[in-house]
Amino acid sequence: MDHLQIYLIVGAALFCLGLFGVITRRNAIAVLMGIELILNSANLNFIAFSRFGGMNLSGHVFALFVIVMAAAEAAIALAIIINIYNLFHTVNVDEASQLKQ
Amino acid sequence: MATVTFWLIILLTVFSALIVVGSSQLIYSAVALLFTFVGVASLYIFLWADFIGVVQIVIYVGGILILVIFGIMLTNKITSVRISHTSVQRGAGAAAVVVLFILLVTMILKTPWLEIAAVEPDQTVASIGKMLMIDYLLPFEITSVLLLGALIGAAMLARRGR
Repeated sequence: MDHLQIYLIVGAALFCLGLFGVITRRNAIAVLMGIELILNSANLNFIAFSRFGGMNLSGHVFALFVIVMAAAEAAIALAIIINIYNLFHTVNVDEASQLKQ
Repeated sequence: MATVTFWLIILLTVFSALIVVGSSQLIYSAVALLFTFVGVASLYIFLWADFIGVVQIVIYVGGILILVIFGIMLTNKITSVRISHTSVQRGAGAAAVVVLFILLVTMILKTPWLEIAAVEPDQTVASIGKMLMIDYLLPFEITSVLLLGALIGAAMLARRGR
């Protein structure tokens, strides 16, 4: 419970699972879920280093910024995905390979 | 007791993340993502980051996950809960990711990390607020403009019949 390495390994596991989702999933929303996992693993590392680096709160502030970015990114990504669905009637990232019809 | 809870939370986090990327039903992935977010929030609380833990639950579970579920609903013809989706190249992807994970774990275990002892703070909210208003004022303001721009842009993009 009081070891930095445990948190880093959990962060690495979340990162690898998120990466697996991004490279194997073909539904755009599932790819987005993988990206959220990756952002969470980065945040976990920030907070862990903050806690074991003498409780320096800069890590917390940075994690807050990452969460704000994730919210903005999710909103924009879903707007784009809905537009792609209206144009191509699919959200498969392999089929939607053009910017317009 | 706390140790058992800690390991259960780690198990919950990693197992539900596994379901997120492994399940063949999109809705199941979204619900498993909820448990991953809650597990990560609990890990934040174990790391003395109470404020970030609560923000994680409010924004990720209350905001982003709802957005994702709305996205699923809007991009599928809903006839049942089972909205299947496919994965490609699972074997190659899994092999690459497992190799990466082994590399990362080896790196983490071999590096002599500098650990500075600290006492548990009473609360972190006041310190984070001061840092945001003194040390990180410019990034804070830029972030607010970015968020505003992103939300206006998202609303404009998603509007039908421009």
